[in-house]
Amino acid sequence: MLTVDDLTASYGPVTALDGVSFEAPRGEITAVLGANGAGKTTLLRTVSGLIRPTRGTARLGEHDLTSVPTERMAELGLAHVPEGRGVITELTVEENLRLGALGRGRRGPADLDRAYALFPILAERRGRSAHVLSGGERQMLVIARALLAAPSVLLLDEPSLGLAPRIVAQIFDLLRSLVESDGLTVLLVEQNARSALSIADRGVVLNLGRVVVRDTAAALAGDDALRHAYLGF
Amino acid sequence: MQQLITTVLTGLTLGAVYAAFALALVLIWRATRIVNFAQAPMAMITTYIALVLIDAGMSYWVGFAAALVSGLVLGALVERFVIRHLTGKSEINAVILTLGLFIVIHALAALIFGARYRSFPAPFGLRGFQVGDTTIALTGFGVFTILSVVGVMVLLVLLFRGTDVGLRMRASAFNQEMARLLGVRVGRMLTLGWALAAVVGSLSGLLIAGGGLVHPSYMDGVVVYGFVAAVLGGLDSPPGAVAGGVILGLSLSLVSGYVGSELVPLASLVILMAVLLVRPGGLFAQVRERRV
Ligand SMILES: Nc1ncnc2c1ncn2[C@@H]1O[C@H](COP(=O)(O)OP(=O)(O)OP(=O)(O)O)[C@@H](O)[C@H]1O
Ligand SMILES: [Mg+2]
Repeated sequence: MLTVDDLTASYGPVTALDGVSFEAPRGEITAVLGANGAGKTTLLRTVSGLIRPTRGTARLGEHDLTSVPTERMAELGLAHVPEGRGVITELTVEENLRLGALGRGRRGPADLDRAYALFPILAERRGRSAHVLSGGERQMLVIARALLAAPSVLLLDEPSLGLAPRIVAQIFDLLRSLVESDGLTVLLVEQNARSALSIADRGVVLNLGRVVVRDTAAALAGDDALRHAYLGF
Repeated sequence: MQQLITTVLTGLTLGAVYAAFALALVLIWRATRIVNFAQAPMAMITTYIALVLIDAGMSYWVGFAAALVSGLVLGALVERFVIRHLTGKSEINAVILTLGLFIVIHALAALIFGARYRSFPAPFGLRGFQVGDTTIALTGFGVFTILSVVGVMVLLVLLFRGTDVGLRMRASAFNQEMARLLGVRVGRMLTLGWALAAVVGSLSGLLIAGGGLVHPSYMDGVVVYGFVAAVLGGLDSPPGAVAGGVILGLSLSLVSGYVGSELVPLASLVILMAVLLVRPGGLFAQVRERRV
């Protein structure tokens, strides 16, 4: 379980996260929702140590992540798929995947093959420079790479960005099955609140860096006033 | 014909030396976006370490190995204790810092080893090979120079393309943040990158010194040629640096053989400017999108 408590972070004078608290239980998908600039990306970056909070904690098991260096997160089982730009374009597709597999999972060729089976388009491009990939293919690559690290907690920042609906559905199905079979914990940031809530167990809605509401996905999707005010559908 | 062969052979040997120095610059540029002006005096210091051992009666190869090992250590120390503190600060700081190191190492060398010229040995002989009844401009040491640079190039390619450490080093060089998120100890990889670069730099120091004179400034002239070679190759690519070194060596040797040796420094600058104007990404740049 990932427990975020009173997390506060700022960029100079701009407070981007203001006392955010919530729990993301093991074996569940927690959607993080909110308008542009609400602080969703900042929340994920603070959890994975790329930004140090001015206050508060993010706990994973007995570890307080706010004092763990980013490069040790993978070892602790935390994988973060950042917004855009996660592909290392100077490496080949296969090298990007191998890099994910170097982590604590120490995964071998068989696991790479499974990633390729999941996303056959990546298998076709395996030896090519990742910089030739389209936006959607890049998104598949970063997700496949994150899964190769055998995470117990997965932070996803807008994974559906630029993907065809069919691929989004495929990725969401995959997440659902990993959550149910392996007890994966997912923190899912999505612009598209409707589709996120359709696979999430619960949701946290942020506005201007603060938590507006935390509830089950069904309750959030059923709250018309909230949907109109913050979720835009 | 005879003169052309001589010019080409001299150019190849010279080019190999420039290539080694350029390679050292490129390894650091790629990893940390710093042009390491201190590369020359670092190589000078390690060559002096070899010289002290050789003068004390040890074999050339003991000195050679000691120079490379001290290069490794020096590179790691410089990254860890000097360059590391620059992370996140402006690039001009790095330039000033490596220039500062340049001066400090110079002064230290003059203090410790004295400022006089000292001769440095070369293995495998400095006499040109005999073909029929003519002597060609390729010496045993020249062959060793070329082979050792080719060998270093091959080892680096194997390291970067073929091993997990190499993959981690490249990931750290290209995208530090993503490398960290994937569990790569980026700091260690940068230290390793500087250490390897300094080993290659030390090799170039030994090759330039071989059969010549060593002095606290003996490497300084090479900085310009090594830098031009690195830019020719695109600053970012180790094979490019080697190709750039060879091309520069050949061109300068042709200028020196057919036009006049006093024009060599000028010619290197003309080549540099021509490349920057016509192909700013280096001779081998492919058209590719820049990350914005
Ligand atoms: N590097 C930065 N420097 C300064 N301010 C920043 C920086 N990154 C984000 N901010 C500010 O912090 C606030 C939260 O940004 P954040 O990127 O976390 O939002 P978000 O919810 O991810 O938005 P989006 O849905 O557009 O991705 C915004 O007001 C933004 O302007
Ligand atoms: Mg965002």
